[in-house]
Amino acid sequence: MFGNLSDRLVETFKGLRAKGKLSAADIDATLREIRKALLDADVALEVVKTFIAAVRERALGDEVSKALNPAQQVVQIVQEELIVILGGEARRIQFAKNPPTVIMLAGLQGSGKTTLAGKLAKWLKDQGQTPLLVACDLQRPNAVNQLQVIGERVGVPVFAPEVGNGKGNPVSVAKDSIKHAKQKQYSVVIVDTAGRLGVDEELMKQANDIRKATDPDEVLFVIDSMIGQDAVNVAKAFEDGVGITGVVLTKLDGDARGGAALSVAQVTGKPILFSSTGEGMDAFEPFYPDRMASRILDMGDILTLIEQAQKSFDEQEALVMAEKMAKDAFTLEDFLDQMQQLRKMGSLKSMLSMMPGAGKLKGQLDNIDEKEIDHTEAIIRAMTPKERRDPKILNGSRRLRIAKGSGMTVTDVNSVVNRFEQAAKMMKVMAKGGNPGIPGMPQGMGAMPRPQVKKDKGKKKAKSGNPAKRAAEISGIEPPKQGNSGSAFGLGG
Amino acid sequence: MAGLKFWRKKDQAADQAVAVEPEVIESKEVLETQIPVADVITPQELVKVELPKRNLSKGFKAVFSRIKFDVENLEELEDVLIQADFGVTASETIVSEVKAMAKKSGAKTESELKGILTELLTQKLSRTDASLNLDSGTQPYVILVVGVNGAGKTTTIGKLANYLVEGGAKVTLGAADTFRAAAVEQLETWASRSGSEIVKPVSEGQDPAAVAYETVERAIANGSDVLIIDTAGRLQNKQGLMDELGKIRRVIEKQLPISEVLLVLDSTTGQNAMTQAKAFTEVASVTGIALTKLDGSAKGGIVYAIQDQLNIPVKLVGVGEGINDFGFFDAKEFAIGLVGEN
Ligand SMILES: Nc1nc2c(ncn2[C@@H]2O[C@H](COP(=O)(O)OP(=O)(O)O)[C@@H](O)[C@H]2O)c(=O)[nH]1
Ligand SMILES: [Mg+2]
Repeated sequence: MFGNLSDRLVETFKGLRAKGKLSAADIDATLREIRKALLDADVALEVVKTFIAAVRERALGDEVSKALNPAQQVVQIVQEELIVILGGEARRIQFAKNPPTVIMLAGLQGSGKTTLAGKLAKWLKDQGQTPLLVACDLQRPNAVNQLQVIGERVGVPVFAPEVGNGKGNPVSVAKDSIKHAKQKQYSVVIVDTAGRLGVDEELMKQANDIRKATDPDEVLFVIDSMIGQDAVNVAKAFEDGVGITGVVLTKLDGDARGGAALSVAQVTGKPILFSSTGEGMDAFEPFYPDRMASRILDMGDILTLIEQAQKSFDEQEALVMAEKMAKDAFTLEDFLDQMQQLRKMGSLKSMLSMMPGAGKLKGQLDNIDEKEIDHTEAIIRAMTPKERRDPKILNGSRRLRIAKGSGMTVTDVNSVVNRFEQAAKMMKVMAKGGNPGIPGMPQGMGAMPRPQVKKDKGKKKAKSGNPAKRAAEISGIEPPKQGNSGSAFGLGG
Repeated sequence: MAGLKFWRKKDQAADQAVAVEPEVIESKEVLETQIPVADVITPQELVKVELPKRNLSKGFKAVFSRIKFDVENLEELEDVLIQADFGVTASETIVSEVKAMAKKSGAKTESELKGILTELLTQKLSRTDASLNLDSGTQPYVILVVGVNGAGKTTTIGKLANYLVEGGAKVTLGAADTFRAAAVEQLETWASRSGSEIVKPVSEGQDPAAVAYETVERAIANGSDVLIIDTAGRLQNKQGLMDELGKIRRVIEKQLPISEVLLVLDSTTGQNAMTQAKAFTEVASVTGIALTKLDGSAKGGIVYAIQDQLNIPVKLVGVGEGINDFGFFDAKEFAIGLVGEN
C-alpha cells in the first residue's frame, strides 16, 4: 500500500546524505513522514502532535547538525523519545505486604481480559504463588464458564458463586472473594471483570465499586493492540473512572503496529507491564518498550536481531571480514562463509521479518527460498579452492565441471558468479564508507536507525566490545541507496 | 437501500420436510433437484418476508460539533476525520474534495460546509448492495460469520438470529468455534434467547469444518430458512487458522451456496481493520461487514476506506450487548452521526 516508514524515509533521505547537513525544511519533511507512520500505526493524533513537536525541537538543536549522518540522527531521536514514553524499563507486579495481593483487570469488551486472567494465573503459579481467579464478569453470556474452563486448564481454582449471564452482583462477588482468599490463604487474587465502554457511566461506576470492594494492589487496564484513535478516550475514561496502575497490551501476535501503546502510555502516564501474544496460556511476556518502539515505526525488531546476531557472529570473523573489505579481497570463499553465517543466525525468513526495511521486501520475502542458499552452497563447494579465491579463471569448461559436480546447471553457476560479483562490488563501496548492509545480509535491509559511527582513520580496532555491534559499526549500517535495492546475493530478488 | 432482502418459498417448510430424507448427506444430485436454484424460481413462488424496521438510536455520535469550519483552512476537518479512524490518506482526499465542492458551490458558512461533507460522505458510503441477501430461493440460506478474536461474532449472530426468528424464520446456528473455552456454551445461550436450534461439536476441539458440515445437514433436514455458522476468532496473520476458514467454507459449499460471509469488525479497531478485511476476503470471500460496538466512543471510520478500496459493503452495525442492539447500516445515518445535524 504505502510502503513502511523505513522505506519512505530512505526516499526522504535520498540526497540528504550527500549534503551532510539538514535544513529545517529537511527535518520537517522527515517529520511529516514520521507523523504519517505514527498515524498509520494508530497513535492518537493528539499524542502524535506533542510527540512531533518534541522531536522537532531536539532535531533542530545541536545534536543533529553536528552528527555525521543527521538524517539518521533524527530517526534515532524519534526512537529514543518513543522509548521514553513507552516507559524505559518494564515494571514488575507490585505485591502486597500482607497477602493476598489483589490484581483487578478492566477494559473494553473483547479486549482479552478473561484469557489474560488465565495467563497471569499460570505465570504467578509457576513462580510459586497460589493464585485464585475470581469470576466477576456476570454480563457476557458464559463468561463465568469460560473462566472456569481456563482455571481448570492452568490448574488454578476459580471463585464463581454466580453463574452470570446477566444475573448476580459483581461487586458482592468481588468482596466475598477477598474474604474467601484470606480464609483459604491464597497469595494472589485475580479479579476478572465484564467488558465495559468508557462512555457507559453506570458500568464505570460499577468497576469503581469493585475496586473499592477489593482494594487492589494493581488495576490492570487491558487493551487490544489493534485499537485505533479511540484509545485515548478509552484510556482517559478508565483512568478517571476506575483509576489504573498499569497496562497490558493484548493480541500482539497479530500484525497491528500497536500505536495505541503509545497513546495509552502518554495519556495515563502508567507503565505497560505485559504483552499478551497468543491464545495459549503461556503466550504472555513482559513488555519491551524498545521493541514496541521499533514495531510502531515498523523498523523491525532491532534488538532481537542484534541478540541473534550476537549468538552467532564470531568476533574474529567480523574483524577479518572488515580487513578484507578494506583490502578489496573479497572472495567466493568469503561469500560462502557469509551464507553460512546467515544460516547460523536463524531461519532466513524469520530473520528478514525482523529486519528494518523488510516492508519493501515483503514480496521478495515470500520468494526467498532457503533452497537457494543450499544451491549456492553446493555450487561454491564444487569449486576448487583456487577458483573460489579467484573467480576470474572460471571459464566455460570449469563452469560445466562445477555444474556437474553440484548437480546444477551452467546457468545456475553463472548466476551465482554474477551475484558474487555484485556483492564484491558492494563490499568495495561499503569499505569506502558508502555502505549498503550487514555483510552476509541480503542487501536492501540494512536500514537500521542508528547513528553513523565515526570512523577514525588509522584506528584498526572497531569501537564496540560487542562483536555483533562492531560488525554493524564496521558496515556502518545505513539505509540502502536507491537503485541498490535488489538483493546482492540475488536471493529471491 | 440498507436492510434485508428476505424472501422465502411459499410452502417451504412442508416442501423441505418431504423432500429431504434424513439419511441423504452428500448427494449433490438430490440437493440440486430438490432445492431449486435461484434462476428457476419465479417471483410468485417466493413471499417477501416483512421484518420489523430497525433504526439506530445509540450509534454514531457526532464528532464535529466542537470544530469550526473555514473554507481556507480545513486542517481541523482533516484532524477530526483522522480521529474518527478514517486514516491519513482517506482524510486528505475527503478534505480536498470538500474544498473543491465548496469552491464550486461558493459555500462559505459553517453550516453549508457541514452540508457538503454530510452529502459527500453519504454519497460515497451509499451502495446498492448493502442489504443482506437472503433472497436467492436456495434455502436454507447460509451465513458464515468470521473475524478476529473478540470482535463480536457470537453476539452479532445472537442478535441477527433473534431478529430473523421474530420475523417468522426458522434458524439453525452452528457452533464451529470449537476452540475458545466456553464458546459453544455462549452460542447456546444465544440460541435459547433467540429461539434458534443449535448444532454443537460432539467433542471439544472437534474439527470446525465437521461442525459446519453437520449444521448444514441438520438445517436442511429440519427445514430451516437460515443457518448461521459461528467461527473461532482468528488473527489474520495466522496462516494455519486462515486456511482452516477456507476449509470450512469449502465444506459448506459442497452442500449449499453461501449467501453471506460476514466479517465482524470492532469499530474501535484502527488501521489494522483494513488488513483484516483484505486477509479475510482472500480466504473467505467476505460479502459484507458487521461493524460492532458503535455504542462506544469509537467511530469506525476505517470502513470508509474498506468500502472504497476493497468494495465490501457494510451491512450490519452493533450498538450494544442486548439482543436488540443492532441495526442495518445506513450511509446517511452514519454521515449525519459523524457530522451532526445541520
Ligand atoms: N458494547 C458492545 N459490546 C459488544 C457488541 N458486540 C459484542 N460486544 C461484546 O464484545 C465482547 C466480545 O463479543 P463476542 O461476541 O464474544 O466476540 P467473538 O469473540 O467475536 O465471538 C462481548 O463482551 C460482547 O458482549 C456491541 O455492539 N457493543
Ligand atoms: Mg465467539
